[in-house]
Amino acid sequence: MSIAIEVTDLVVTRGRRRVLHGLTCAIPRGSVTGLLGPSGSGKTTLLRCVVGVQRIESGSVTVFGEAAGAPSLRPRTGYVTQAPSVYADLTVRENARYFAGLYGVGSAGADRAVADVGLAEAAGQLVGTLSGGQRARASLACALVSSPELLILDEPTVGQDPVLRNELWGRFHELAAQGTTILVSSHVMDEAGRCDRLLLIREGHLVADDSPAAVRTAAGTDDLEEAFLRLVLAGQN
Amino acid sequence: MSPTLTLRTAARILRQLRHDKRTIALILVVPTVLLTLLRYLFDDQPQVFDRIGLIMLGVFPFIMMFLLTSVAMLRERTTGTLERLLTTPIGKVDILLGYGLAFAVAAAVQATVVSITAFWLLGLDTRGDGWIVVVLAIANAVLGMALGLFVSAFANSEFQAVQFMPAFVLPQALLCGLFAPREQMAGWLQAISDVLPMTYAVEALQEVGANVEPTSTMWRDLTIIVACILVALLLGAATLRRRTA
Repeated sequence: MSIAIEVTDLVVTRGRRRVLHGLTCAIPRGSVTGLLGPSGSGKTTLLRCVVGVQRIESGSVTVFGEAAGAPSLRPRTGYVTQAPSVYADLTVRENARYFAGLYGVGSAGADRAVADVGLAEAAGQLVGTLSGGQRARASLACALVSSPELLILDEPTVGQDPVLRNELWGRFHELAAQGTTILVSSHVMDEAGRCDRLLLIREGHLVADDSPAAVRTAAGTDDLEEAFLRLVLAGQN
Repeated sequence: MSPTLTLRTAARILRQLRHDKRTIALILVVPTVLLTLLRYLFDDQPQVFDRIGLIMLGVFPFIMMFLLTSVAMLRERTTGTLERLLTTPIGKVDILLGYGLAFAVAAAVQATVVSITAFWLLGLDTRGDGWIVVVLAIANAVLGMALGLFVSAFANSEFQAVQFMPAFVLPQALLCGLFAPREQMAGWLQAISDVLPMTYAVEALQEVGANVEPTSTMWRDLTIIVACILVALLLGAATLRRRTA
């Protein structure tokens, strides 16, 4: 399997705090890779490095063989930030069409993305009047519009009801099967099992980088939450 | 740089504005009401209204556009949409020009409405043509917008952004020659006045007020205003950092 994202000795300092301490990992193409760890562990910072908006102290991040954030990568990348970054004073449809337009995608493609996240009925509604979960989906639609080769999703399923969460994960796997590389962060361990690969991170250090099955075997437990704990403790000793 | 993406961004910003009916009403009504107050304040001194009202045609749009754009741009930064835009194919200059274009349209509508009210309903009288006043009013509004875009980079919150208005605009209003003639200012005040863009905006309007034909001073002032707009937009683009800490 070929490599989509390669992170080498990545060090990032935000303010006076060192957030990532020499992280190294590789993410395969056409897969769903879960980035899991507690709040404040450096997940968002790592994702920001991959899309090229984070100032890096040392190390490197390459995407499809090019330096992260290179202009040639931008048309091929979709990024969903943790706080929904859509315009509250536009309707869902207007948001999707604007972001589609930036990638040269027409309004039909935009409307399809809105329907894909289950917002077809709310398409004419102002984003500011939506619930938190709907707003997050509107933000997701704006990343899906361009059918990107790489999707970076920062906690996209927070606040979604279980049925929708299930649908969204199904959608991620469909996209991955078509060749899309998906890197998705979460702090909910029950989502870890739905990933092809897991990156477990804690306090800016990589605790595990493997398939869920291998993580379970290595820790000697079927429960991923428990496995994470064991791996952290093993690392400390 | 892509003209298509600039136009799409401008259209998006105007669409946002369209959903905000109250802001549109404020943009159109506030300067008109202020000018009307001024007119009746000097009811028995029409020549005073001709002098001050004319200058206010330039100053009101400048202030309003400064406030509107600094807050709009700050919102773009704080809600994460700017960061997201910077991961898409759009260029920094396209974003800034999109803002420039959208608010220039808003400014043009505002300046036209206020000028028509001033000339037709309030009896404002200038030696020069009314359309030049409208052009200058639009230029001032766009200048206010460009400065607003630039200074919004230095504000972390809407509280700060709003306070940049008195910090950036009032000194210009005080020293532009409206309250005291520039020739009577102390030398160092005059020197400060010389480098503030509003000085030229006010001078250009005074030229139209006093002369039937556009003067060379007026054209020079308009050129300075346009140059200031371009510099402010470029400085604004320089403050948009793709990579942040």
